[in-house]
Amino acid sequence: MPEQAQTQARGRELLRIEGLNAWYGESHILHGIDFTVNEGEVVTLLGRNGAGRTTTLKSILGLVDRRTGSIRVNGSEIIKQPTHRIARMGMLGYCPEDRGIFSRLNVDENLSLPPRLGDGGMSVDEIYQMFPNLAERRSSRGTQLSGGEQQMLAMARILRTGASVLLLDEVTEGLAPVIVQALGETIRSLKDRGLTIVLVEQNFRFAAPLADRHYIIEHGRVAETIEASEIETKKDRINQYLSV
Amino acid sequence: MNVSLDLILAQMMLGLSAGVFYAMLSLGLAIIFGLLNVINFAHGALYMLGAFVALIGHSYIGPWLGYEDFQLGFWPALIVAPLLVGCFGMLLERTMLRRLYQFDHIYGLLLTFGIALMLQGFFTNYFNVSGTPYGGQPESLNGIVNLGFMYFPKFRLFAIVMSIVVCFLTWFVIERTRLGAVLRAGVENPKLVQAFGINVPLMVTLTFGFGVALAALAGVLAAPIYSVSPLMGANLIIVVFAVVVIGGMGSIMGAIVTGLTLGLIQGLTKAIYPPAANTVIFFIMVIVLLVRPAGLFGKE
Repeated sequence: MPEQAQTQARGRELLRIEGLNAWYGESHILHGIDFTVNEGEVVTLLGRNGAGRTTTLKSILGLVDRRTGSIRVNGSEIIKQPTHRIARMGMLGYCPEDRGIFSRLNVDENLSLPPRLGDGGMSVDEIYQMFPNLAERRSSRGTQLSGGEQQMLAMARILRTGASVLLLDEVTEGLAPVIVQALGETIRSLKDRGLTIVLVEQNFRFAAPLADRHYIIEHGRVAETIEASEIETKKDRINQYLSV
Repeated sequence: MNVSLDLILAQMMLGLSAGVFYAMLSLGLAIIFGLLNVINFAHGALYMLGAFVALIGHSYIGPWLGYEDFQLGFWPALIVAPLLVGCFGMLLERTMLRRLYQFDHIYGLLLTFGIALMLQGFFTNYFNVSGTPYGGQPESLNGIVNLGFMYFPKFRLFAIVMSIVVCFLTWFVIERTRLGAVLRAGVENPKLVQAFGINVPLMVTLTFGFGVALAALAGVLAAPIYSVSPLMGANLIIVVFAVVVIGGMGSIMGAIVTGLTLGLIQGLTKAIYPPAANTVIFFIMVIVLLVRPAGLFGKE
Protein backbone atom coordinates (compact mmCIF):
# COMPACT_ATOMS: atom_id res chain seq x y z
CA MET A 1 0.00 0.00 0.00
CA PRO A 2 1.49 3.31 -1.00
CA GLU A 3 0.03 5.08 2.02
CA GLN A 4 1.77 2.77 4.43
CA ALA A 5 5.07 3.20 2.64
CA GLN A 6 4.68 6.91 2.98
CA THR A 7 4.01 6.66 6.71
CA GLN A 8 7.15 4.61 7.24
CA ALA A 9 9.26 7.08 5.33
CA ARG A 10 8.04 9.78 7.69
CA GLY A 11 9.24 7.94 10.77
CA ARG A 12 7.53 6.24 13.66
CA GLU A 13 4.24 7.32 15.12
CA LEU A 14 4.65 9.64 18.10
CA LEU A 15 1.06 10.62 18.72
CA ARG A 16 -2.11 8.69 17.95
CA ILE A 17 -5.47 10.02 19.02
CA GLU A 18 -8.60 7.95 18.65
CA GLY A 19 -12.18 8.77 19.55
CA LEU A 20 -11.18 11.64 21.82
CA ASN A 21 -14.11 13.24 23.66
CA ALA A 22 -13.62 16.12 26.08
CA TRP A 23 -15.74 18.16 28.45
CA TYR A 24 -15.46 21.42 30.35
CA GLY A 25 -17.94 21.01 33.15
CA GLU A 26 -21.17 20.04 31.40
CA SER A 27 -20.19 21.28 27.97
CA HIS A 28 -19.15 18.53 25.61
CA ILE A 29 -16.49 20.09 23.37
CA LEU A 30 -14.79 17.24 21.50
CA HIS A 31 -16.89 14.53 19.87
CA GLY A 32 -14.45 11.88 18.74
CA ILE A 33 -11.23 13.38 17.38
CA ASP A 34 -8.90 11.04 15.46
CA PHE A 35 -5.48 11.92 14.11
CA THR A 36 -1.89 10.78 14.12
CA VAL A 37 1.44 12.54 14.07
CA ASN A 38 4.67 10.85 13.02
CA GLU A 39 8.19 11.67 14.04
CA GLY A 40 9.58 14.73 12.30
CA GLU A 41 6.26 15.89 10.89
CA VAL A 42 4.62 19.27 11.11
CA VAL A 43 0.86 18.83 11.39
CA THR A 44 -1.72 21.58 11.71
CA LEU A 45 -5.13 21.64 13.30
CA LEU A 46 -7.12 24.17 11.30
CA GLY A 47 -10.60 25.43 11.88
CA ARG A 48 -12.76 28.22 13.09
CA ASN A 49 -12.79 29.65 16.58
CA GLY A 50 -14.59 27.33 18.93
CA ALA A 51 -14.17 24.30 16.68
CA GLY A 52 -12.18 22.49 19.37
CA ARG A 53 -8.55 22.87 18.25
CA THR A 54 -7.24 24.38 21.47
CA THR A 55 -9.29 21.91 23.48
CA THR A 56 -7.66 19.10 21.51
CA LEU A 57 -4.20 20.22 22.61
CA LYS A 58 -5.39 20.71 26.17
CA SER A 59 -7.01 17.27 26.19
CA ILE A 60 -3.75 15.66 25.16
CA LEU A 61 -2.14 17.23 28.24
CA GLY A 62 -5.06 16.45 30.53
CA LEU A 63 -5.98 20.10 31.05
CA VAL A 64 -9.70 19.59 30.51
CA ASP A 65 -12.23 18.55 33.15
CA ARG A 66 -12.96 15.14 31.62
CA ARG A 67 -11.92 13.17 28.56
CA THR A 68 -12.49 9.74 27.06
CA GLY A 69 -11.04 7.86 24.12
CA SER A 70 -7.45 6.98 23.48
CA ILE A 71 -4.30 9.08 23.39
CA ARG A 72 -1.07 7.23 22.72
CA VAL A 73 2.25 9.02 22.99
CA ASN A 74 5.43 7.12 22.13
CA GLY A 75 3.24 4.01 22.05
CA SER A 76 1.90 4.36 25.62
CA GLU A 77 -1.70 5.09 26.52
CA ILE A 78 -1.81 8.27 28.61
CA ILE A 79 -5.49 9.12 28.87
CA LYS A 80 -5.59 8.11 32.53
CA GLN A 81 -2.27 9.70 33.53
CA PRO A 82 -1.93 12.95 35.48
CA THR A 83 -0.78 15.99 33.51
CA HIS A 84 2.80 16.12 34.74
CA ARG A 85 3.42 12.50 33.80
CA ILE A 86 1.95 12.99 30.33
CA ALA A 87 4.44 15.76 29.59
CA ARG A 88 7.31 13.49 30.60
CA MET A 89 6.08 10.30 28.93
CA GLY A 90 5.37 12.03 25.66
CA MET A 91 8.27 14.48 25.89
CA LEU A 92 5.69 17.11 25.03
CA GLY A 93 6.48 20.81 24.95
CA TYR A 94 3.39 22.99 25.24
CA CYS A 95 3.07 26.59 24.13
CA PRO A 96 -0.39 27.79 25.21
CA GLU A 97 -2.58 30.22 23.31
CA ASP A 98 -2.16 32.97 25.92
CA ARG A 99 1.62 32.25 25.85
CA GLY A 100 1.64 31.60 29.58
CA ILE A 101 4.56 33.88 30.40
CA PHE A 102 4.90 34.19 34.16
CA SER A 103 4.80 37.80 35.32
CA ARG A 104 6.57 37.12 38.60
CA LEU A 105 9.49 35.49 36.80
CA ASN A 106 12.13 37.23 34.71
CA VAL A 107 13.11 36.07 31.22
CA ASP A 108 15.90 33.82 32.49
CA GLU A 109 13.62 32.23 35.08
CA ASN A 110 10.81 31.77 32.57
CA LEU A 111 13.28 30.14 30.24
CA SER A 112 14.66 27.70 32.78
CA LEU A 113 11.34 26.88 34.43
CA PRO A 114 10.25 23.78 32.47
CA PRO A 115 12.26 20.74 33.58
CA ARG A 116 14.32 18.75 31.10
CA LEU A 117 12.30 15.99 29.47
CA GLY A 118 14.93 14.43 27.26
CA ASP A 119 18.38 14.79 25.75
CA GLY A 120 19.05 17.07 22.85
CA GLY A 121 17.45 20.21 24.20
CA MET A 122 19.03 23.47 23.15
CA SER A 123 21.36 25.19 25.58
CA VAL A 124 20.45 28.60 26.93
CA ASP A 125 23.25 30.12 24.80
CA GLU A 126 21.90 28.49 21.64
CA ILE A 127 18.44 29.78 22.47
CA TYR A 128 19.66 33.31 22.98
CA GLN A 129 21.46 33.03 19.62
CA MET A 130 18.22 31.96 18.00
CA PHE A 131 16.25 34.74 19.74
CA PRO A 132 18.70 37.62 20.20
CA ASN A 133 15.92 39.96 21.41
CA LEU A 134 15.43 37.79 24.45
CA ALA A 135 19.11 37.85 25.32
CA GLU A 136 18.98 41.62 25.67
CA ARG A 137 16.08 41.37 28.09
CA ARG A 138 17.23 38.46 30.24
CA SER A 139 16.47 40.12 33.55
CA SER A 140 13.21 41.81 32.55
CA ARG A 141 10.00 40.55 34.06
CA GLY A 142 8.22 38.24 31.64
CA THR A 143 5.22 40.45 31.11
CA GLN A 144 7.29 43.55 30.35
CA LEU A 145 8.13 41.99 26.99
CA SER A 146 6.28 42.85 23.81
CA GLY A 147 3.76 40.37 22.43
CA GLY A 148 6.26 39.09 19.89
CA GLU A 149 8.98 38.70 22.49
CA GLN A 150 6.60 36.84 24.79
CA GLN A 151 5.76 34.48 21.94
CA MET A 152 9.46 33.89 21.27
CA LEU A 153 10.00 33.22 24.98
CA ALA A 154 7.07 30.82 25.14
CA MET A 155 8.58 28.81 22.27
CA ALA A 156 12.16 29.17 23.46
CA ARG A 157 11.48 27.73 26.88
CA ILE A 158 10.14 24.45 25.50
CA LEU A 159 13.13 24.09 23.18
CA ARG A 160 15.43 24.00 26.20
CA THR A 161 13.68 20.95 27.63
CA GLY A 162 14.56 18.50 24.89
CA ALA A 163 10.87 17.95 24.16
CA SER A 164 10.45 15.92 20.98
CA VAL A 165 6.86 16.95 20.22
CA LEU A 166 5.91 20.62 20.31
CA LEU A 167 2.27 21.55 20.76
CA LEU A 168 1.96 25.16 19.57
CA ASP A 169 -1.34 26.96 20.03
CA GLU A 170 -2.00 30.00 17.80
CA VAL A 171 1.58 31.22 17.85
CA THR A 172 0.93 33.90 15.21
CA GLU A 173 -2.16 35.39 16.82
CA GLY A 174 -2.02 39.16 17.15
CA LEU A 175 1.57 39.50 15.93
CA ALA A 176 2.99 41.83 13.28
CA PRO A 177 3.69 40.30 9.84
CA VAL A 178 7.47 40.62 10.24
CA ILE A 179 7.32 38.62 13.46
CA VAL A 180 5.00 36.04 11.93
CA GLN A 181 7.56 35.59 9.16
CA ALA A 182 10.35 35.15 11.71
CA LEU A 183 8.25 32.56 13.54
CA GLY A 184 7.75 30.70 10.28
CA GLU A 185 11.51 30.53 9.82
CA THR A 186 11.92 29.36 13.39
CA ILE A 187 9.42 26.56 12.93
CA ARG A 188 11.11 25.48 9.69
CA SER A 189 14.49 25.33 11.40
CA LEU A 190 12.97 23.31 14.25
CA LYS A 191 11.56 20.88 11.70
CA ASP A 192 15.00 20.59 10.14
CA ARG A 193 16.34 19.66 13.56
CA GLY A 194 13.92 16.73 13.51
CA LEU A 195 11.34 18.05 15.95
CA THR A 196 7.72 17.01 15.59
CA ILE A 197 5.23 19.85 15.68
CA VAL A 198 1.47 20.11 16.12
CA LEU A 199 0.37 23.58 15.13
CA VAL A 200 -3.02 24.99 15.97
CA GLU A 201 -3.52 27.78 13.45
CA GLN A 202 -6.06 30.09 11.99
CA ASN A 203 -3.63 31.70 9.61
CA PHE A 204 -3.70 29.18 6.76
CA ARG A 205 -1.21 31.13 4.66
CA PHE A 206 1.26 30.85 7.52
CA ALA A 207 0.62 27.15 8.07
CA ALA A 208 0.35 25.94 4.48
CA PRO A 209 4.03 26.03 3.48
CA LEU A 210 5.19 24.58 6.80
CA ALA A 211 2.97 21.56 7.29
CA ASP A 212 3.05 17.99 6.00
CA ARG A 213 -0.61 17.50 6.73
CA HIS A 214 -3.63 19.51 7.81
CA TYR A 215 -6.54 18.35 9.91
CA ILE A 216 -9.60 20.51 9.66
CA ILE A 217 -11.55 20.45 12.90
CA GLU A 218 -15.21 21.30 12.98
CA HIS A 219 -17.75 20.79 15.78
CA GLY A 220 -15.25 18.80 17.80
CA ARG A 221 -14.43 16.30 15.03
CA VAL A 222 -11.85 16.00 12.28
CA ALA A 223 -13.89 17.04 9.26
CA GLU A 224 -11.19 16.58 6.66
CA THR A 225 -7.58 15.46 6.34
CA ILE A 226 -5.53 17.26 3.72
CA GLU A 227 -2.02 16.24 2.73
CA ALA A 228 0.38 19.02 1.78
CA SER A 229 0.27 17.78 -1.83
CA GLU A 230 -3.52 18.19 -1.98
CA ILE A 231 -3.66 21.84 -1.01
CA GLU A 232 -4.07 23.11 -4.59
CA THR A 233 -6.80 20.67 -5.55
CA LYS A 234 -8.74 21.11 -2.32
CA LYS A 235 -8.30 24.86 -2.05
CA ASP A 236 -12.01 25.63 -2.38
CA ARG A 237 -13.00 23.22 0.33
CA ILE A 238 -10.37 24.58 2.69
CA ASN A 239 -11.67 28.11 2.14
CA GLN A 240 -15.17 26.89 2.73
CA TYR A 241 -14.17 25.35 6.08
CA LEU A 242 -12.16 28.31 7.27
CA SER A 243 -14.35 31.18 6.11
CA VAL A 244 -16.53 32.64 8.78
CA MET B 1 3.63 63.10 79.29
CA ASN B 2 7.16 62.06 80.07
CA VAL B 3 8.37 59.12 78.02
CA SER B 4 12.06 58.40 78.04
CA LEU B 5 13.89 57.12 74.99
CA ASP B 6 14.99 54.07 76.95
CA LEU B 7 11.39 53.16 77.67
CA ILE B 8 10.46 53.54 74.02
CA LEU B 9 13.38 51.39 72.90
CA ALA B 10 12.58 48.81 75.54
CA GLN B 11 8.95 48.58 74.49
CA MET B 12 9.99 48.38 70.86
CA MET B 13 12.22 45.40 71.65
CA LEU B 14 9.31 43.71 73.37
CA GLY B 15 7.10 44.65 70.42
CA LEU B 16 9.64 43.15 68.06
CA SER B 17 9.65 39.94 70.02
CA ALA B 18 5.90 39.71 69.42
CA GLY B 19 6.33 40.92 65.84
CA VAL B 20 8.55 37.99 64.86
CA PHE B 21 5.69 35.65 65.72
CA TYR B 22 3.28 37.71 63.63
CA ALA B 23 5.81 37.62 60.81
CA MET B 24 6.39 33.85 60.91
CA LEU B 25 2.70 33.05 61.09
CA SER B 26 1.60 35.52 58.43
CA LEU B 27 4.44 34.34 56.20
CA GLY B 28 3.14 30.77 56.42
CA LEU B 29 -0.40 31.95 55.74
CA ALA B 30 0.75 33.95 52.72
CA ILE B 31 2.67 31.01 51.25
CA ILE B 32 -0.27 28.68 51.74
CA PHE B 33 -2.79 31.16 50.37
CA GLY B 34 -0.58 31.82 47.33
CA LEU B 35 -0.44 28.26 46.09
CA LEU B 36 -3.52 26.65 47.61
CA ASN B 37 -5.93 29.58 47.67
CA VAL B 38 -6.87 28.42 51.14
CA ILE B 39 -7.21 30.78 54.07
CA ASN B 40 -5.83 28.46 56.71
CA PHE B 41 -7.82 29.09 59.84
CA ALA B 42 -6.08 26.14 61.49
CA HIS B 43 -2.78 28.03 61.45
CA GLY B 44 -3.08 29.18 65.06
CA ALA B 45 -4.01 25.68 66.21
CA LEU B 46 -0.99 24.26 64.38
CA TYR B 47 1.21 26.84 66.09
CA MET B 48 -0.26 25.63 69.37
CA LEU B 49 0.39 22.05 68.28
CA GLY B 50 4.07 22.93 67.72
CA ALA B 51 4.31 24.31 71.26
CA PHE B 52 2.61 21.17 72.61
CA VAL B 53 5.02 18.89 70.80
CA ALA B 54 7.82 20.72 72.62
CA LEU B 55 5.98 20.57 75.95
CA ILE B 56 4.92 16.95 75.66
CA GLY B 57 8.35 15.98 74.39
CA HIS B 58 9.96 17.61 77.36
CA SER B 59 7.66 16.76 80.27
CA TYR B 60 5.25 13.99 79.34
CA ILE B 61 6.50 11.59 76.72
CA GLY B 62 9.08 9.95 78.97
CA PRO B 63 6.63 8.98 81.73
CA TRP B 64 4.02 7.96 79.15
CA LEU B 65 6.44 5.59 77.51
CA GLY B 66 7.75 4.36 80.83
CA TYR B 67 11.21 5.88 80.36
CA GLU B 68 11.17 8.47 83.13
CA ASP B 69 14.51 9.89 82.06
CA PHE B 70 13.66 10.47 78.44
CA GLN B 71 13.23 14.11 77.51
CA LEU B 72 13.03 15.78 74.14
CA GLY B 73 15.15 18.86 74.65
CA PHE B 74 14.51 22.30 73.21
CA TRP B 75 17.05 22.00 70.38
CA PRO B 76 15.74 18.69 69.04
CA ALA B 77 12.20 20.04 69.46
CA LEU B 78 13.07 22.89 67.09
CA ILE B 79 13.49 20.21 64.40
CA VAL B 80 11.07 17.52 65.55
CA ALA B 81 8.00 19.73 66.12
CA PRO B 82 8.01 21.38 62.67
CA LEU B 83 8.61 17.97 61.08
CA LEU B 84 5.80 16.25 62.96
CA VAL B 85 3.32 19.09 62.58
CA GLY B 86 4.38 19.56 58.94
CA CYS B 87 3.61 15.88 58.26
CA PHE B 88 0.28 16.24 60.04
CA GLY B 89 -0.44 19.25 57.81
CA MET B 90 0.43 17.29 54.68
CA LEU B 91 -1.92 14.54 55.82
CA LEU B 92 -4.71 17.10 56.24
CA GLU B 93 -3.98 18.48 52.76
CA ARG B 94 -3.91 15.07 51.09
CA THR B 95 -7.00 13.68 52.76
CA MET B 96 -9.26 16.72 53.15
CA LEU B 97 -8.19 20.12 51.82
CA ARG B 98 -7.39 18.71 48.37
CA ARG B 99 -11.04 17.90 47.79
CA LEU B 100 -12.05 21.54 48.21
CA TYR B 101 -9.77 23.36 45.73
CA GLN B 102 -12.42 23.30 43.04
CA PHE B 103 -14.89 25.12 45.29
CA ASP B 104 -15.07 28.62 46.71
CA HIS B 105 -12.53 29.87 49.32
CA ILE B 106 -15.17 29.70 51.99
CA TYR B 107 -15.15 25.89 52.06
CA GLY B 108 -11.44 25.68 52.79
CA LEU B 109 -11.86 28.34 55.42
CA LEU B 110 -14.70 26.46 57.11
CA LEU B 111 -12.84 23.17 57.02
CA THR B 112 -9.68 24.61 58.53
CA PHE B 113 -11.73 26.49 61.12
CA GLY B 114 -13.34 23.20 62.09
CA ILE B 115 -9.96 21.52 62.32
CA ALA B 116 -8.75 24.35 64.56
CA LEU B 117 -11.74 23.91 66.89
CA MET B 118 -11.19 20.14 67.06
CA LEU B 119 -7.50 20.51 67.86
CA GLN B 120 -8.22 23.10 70.53
CA GLY B 121 -11.02 21.01 71.98
CA PHE B 122 -8.79 17.95 72.10
CA PHE B 123 -6.02 19.72 73.98
CA THR B 124 -8.43 21.56 76.26
CA ASN B 125 -9.66 18.15 77.35
CA TYR B 126 -6.24 17.05 78.54
CA PHE B 127 -4.34 20.23 79.40
CA ASN B 128 -4.84 23.29 81.52
CA VAL B 129 -6.48 26.10 79.56
CA SER B 130 -4.66 28.72 81.57
CA GLY B 131 -1.35 27.29 80.45
CA THR B 132 1.43 24.95 81.45
CA PRO B 133 4.94 26.36 81.81
CA TYR B 134 7.54 24.86 79.48
CA GLY B 135 10.57 23.78 81.45
CA GLY B 136 12.82 22.91 78.57
CA GLN B 137 14.47 26.26 77.90
CA PRO B 138 18.17 25.44 77.42
CA GLU B 139 20.54 26.72 80.05
CA SER B 140 22.72 28.44 77.49
CA LEU B 141 19.77 30.77 76.78
CA ASN B 142 18.94 31.51 80.41
CA GLY B 143 19.65 34.91 81.85
CA ILE B 144 19.61 38.39 80.45
CA VAL B 145 21.65 40.54 78.09
CA ASN B 146 22.45 44.20 78.61
CA LEU B 147 21.40 46.04 75.47
CA GLY B 148 22.45 49.42 76.84
CA PHE B 149 18.93 50.76 77.08
CA MET B 150 17.51 47.71 78.82
CA TYR B 151 18.19 44.26 80.15
CA PHE B 152 16.62 41.80 77.76
CA PRO B 153 16.00 38.10 78.27
CA LYS B 154 18.57 36.13 76.30
CA PHE B 155 15.99 33.65 75.10
CA ARG B 156 13.77 36.35 73.60
CA LEU B 157 16.74 37.78 71.79
CA PHE B 158 17.47 34.33 70.42
CA ALA B 159 13.84 33.92 69.33
CA ILE B 160 13.94 37.27 67.52
CA VAL B 161 17.17 36.51 65.69
CA MET B 162 16.18 32.97 64.79
CA SER B 163 12.73 34.02 63.50
CA ILE B 164 14.13 36.83 61.39
CA VAL B 165 16.77 34.51 59.92
CA VAL B 166 14.11 31.90 59.10
CA CYS B 167 11.81 34.52 57.55
CA PHE B 168 14.51 35.96 55.32
CA LEU B 169 15.85 32.54 54.34
CA THR B 170 12.31 31.66 53.27
CA TRP B 171 12.04 34.89 51.33
CA PHE B 172 15.40 34.20 49.68
CA VAL B 173 14.46 30.68 48.62
CA ILE B 174 11.12 31.82 47.19
CA GLU B 175 12.30 34.95 45.40
CA ARG B 176 15.85 34.10 44.39
CA THR B 177 16.20 30.38 43.66
CA ARG B 178 15.02 28.01 40.96
CA LEU B 179 12.87 26.12 43.45
CA GLY B 180 11.24 29.41 44.35
CA ALA B 181 10.73 30.23 40.67
CA VAL B 182 8.77 27.01 40.26
CA LEU B 183 6.69 27.95 43.28
CA ARG B 184 6.04 31.47 42.02
CA ALA B 185 5.06 30.10 38.63
CA GLY B 186 2.79 27.58 40.34
CA VAL B 187 1.03 30.41 42.16
CA GLU B 188 0.39 32.14 38.85
CA ASN B 189 -0.59 29.27 36.60
CA PRO B 190 -0.51 25.83 38.23
CA LYS B 191 -1.98 24.02 35.21
CA LEU B 192 0.70 25.25 32.85
CA VAL B 193 3.45 24.42 35.33
CA GLN B 194 2.06 20.91 35.54
CA ALA B 195 1.85 20.70 31.76
CA PHE B 196 5.61 21.30 31.72
CA GLY B 197 6.05 18.06 33.66
CA ILE B 198 6.28 19.36 37.23
CA ASN B 199 4.35 17.41 39.86
CA VAL B 200 2.19 20.30 41.06
CA PRO B 201 -0.07 18.30 43.41
CA LEU B 202 3.04 17.14 45.28
CA MET B 203 4.36 20.69 45.31
CA VAL B 204 1.07 21.87 46.82
CA THR B 205 1.27 19.25 49.57
CA LEU B 206 4.88 20.12 50.39
CA THR B 207 4.11 23.83 50.39
CA PHE B 208 1.26 23.35 52.83
CA GLY B 209 3.56 21.21 54.97
CA PHE B 210 6.19 23.94 54.92
CA GLY B 211 3.78 26.73 55.85
CA VAL B 212 2.46 24.63 58.70
CA ALA B 213 5.98 23.74 59.81
CA LEU B 214 6.74 27.47 60.10
CA ALA B 215 3.77 27.80 62.44
CA ALA B 216 5.01 24.87 64.51
CA LEU B 217 8.50 26.35 64.67
CA ALA B 218 7.00 29.58 65.96
CA GLY B 219 5.11 27.50 68.51
CA VAL B 220 8.31 25.90 69.81
CA LEU B 221 9.98 29.32 70.06
CA ALA B 222 6.94 30.65 71.91
CA ALA B 223 6.78 27.79 74.42
CA PRO B 224 9.47 29.11 76.81
CA ILE B 225 8.22 32.71 76.50
CA TYR B 226 4.50 32.25 76.98
CA SER B 227 3.05 29.30 78.80
CA VAL B 228 1.78 26.50 76.59
CA SER B 229 -1.99 26.55 76.40
CA PRO B 230 -4.62 25.04 74.11
CA LEU B 231 -5.87 28.52 73.27
CA MET B 232 -2.51 30.21 72.67
CA GLY B 233 -3.00 29.97 68.93
CA ALA B 234 -6.57 31.19 68.94
CA ASN B 235 -5.52 34.36 70.74
CA LEU B 236 -2.59 35.02 68.46
CA ILE B 237 -4.21 34.16 65.15
CA ILE B 238 -6.74 36.98 65.42
CA VAL B 239 -3.92 39.51 65.47
CA VAL B 240 -2.12 37.61 62.71
CA PHE B 241 -5.16 37.77 60.44
CA ALA B 242 -5.27 41.51 61.03
CA VAL B 243 -1.59 41.61 60.03
CA VAL B 244 -2.39 39.65 56.89
CA VAL B 245 -5.23 41.99 56.00
CA ILE B 246 -2.95 45.00 56.49
CA GLY B 247 -0.08 43.52 54.49
CA GLY B 248 -2.17 42.00 51.73
CA MET B 249 -2.17 38.33 50.79
CA GLY B 250 0.01 38.58 47.72
CA SER B 251 3.51 39.20 48.93
CA ILE B 252 6.11 37.20 50.85
CA MET B 253 8.17 40.22 51.82
CA GLY B 254 4.94 42.06 52.63
CA ALA B 255 3.99 39.42 55.19
CA ILE B 256 7.39 39.59 56.89
CA VAL B 257 7.71 43.38 56.92
CA THR B 258 4.13 43.96 58.04
CA GLY B 259 4.45 41.42 60.86
CA LEU B 260 7.64 42.97 62.21
CA THR B 261 6.42 46.55 61.77
CA LEU B 262 3.13 45.96 63.52
CA GLY B 263 4.94 44.33 66.41
CA LEU B 264 7.09 47.45 66.69
CA ILE B 265 4.07 49.75 66.46
CA GLN B 266 2.34 47.77 69.16
CA GLY B 267 5.40 48.11 71.39
CA LEU B 268 5.62 51.80 70.68
CA THR B 269 1.98 52.27 71.57
CA LYS B 270 2.61 50.50 74.84
CA ALA B 271 5.22 53.11 75.69
CA ILE B 272 3.27 56.13 74.56
CA TYR B 273 -0.35 55.28 75.28
CA PRO B 274 -0.63 51.85 76.93
CA PRO B 275 -4.43 51.49 76.86
CA ALA B 276 -4.39 51.45 73.04
CA ALA B 277 -1.69 48.76 72.73
CA ASN B 278 -4.10 45.90 72.16
CA THR B 279 -6.30 47.74 69.70
CA VAL B 280 -3.79 49.69 67.63
CA ILE B 281 -3.36 46.87 65.09
CA PHE B 282 -7.10 46.67 64.49
CA PHE B 283 -7.26 50.42 64.22
CA ILE B 284 -4.59 50.29 61.49
CA MET B 285 -6.48 47.44 59.85
CA VAL B 286 -9.61 49.57 59.62
CA ILE B 287 -7.70 52.47 58.06
CA VAL B 288 -5.94 50.18 55.56
CA LEU B 289 -9.24 48.55 54.60
CA LEU B 290 -10.76 51.96 53.95
CA VAL B 291 -7.82 53.39 52.02
CA ARG B 292 -6.26 50.37 50.34
CA PRO B 293 -8.53 47.33 50.57
CA ALA B 294 -6.02 44.99 48.91
CA GLY B 295 -3.50 45.66 51.69
CA LEU B 296 -0.24 47.59 51.70
CA PHE B 297 1.63 45.02 49.61
CA GLY B 298 -1.33 43.45 47.84
CA LYS B 299 -2.20 43.91 44.19
CA GLU B 300 -5.24 46.09 43.63
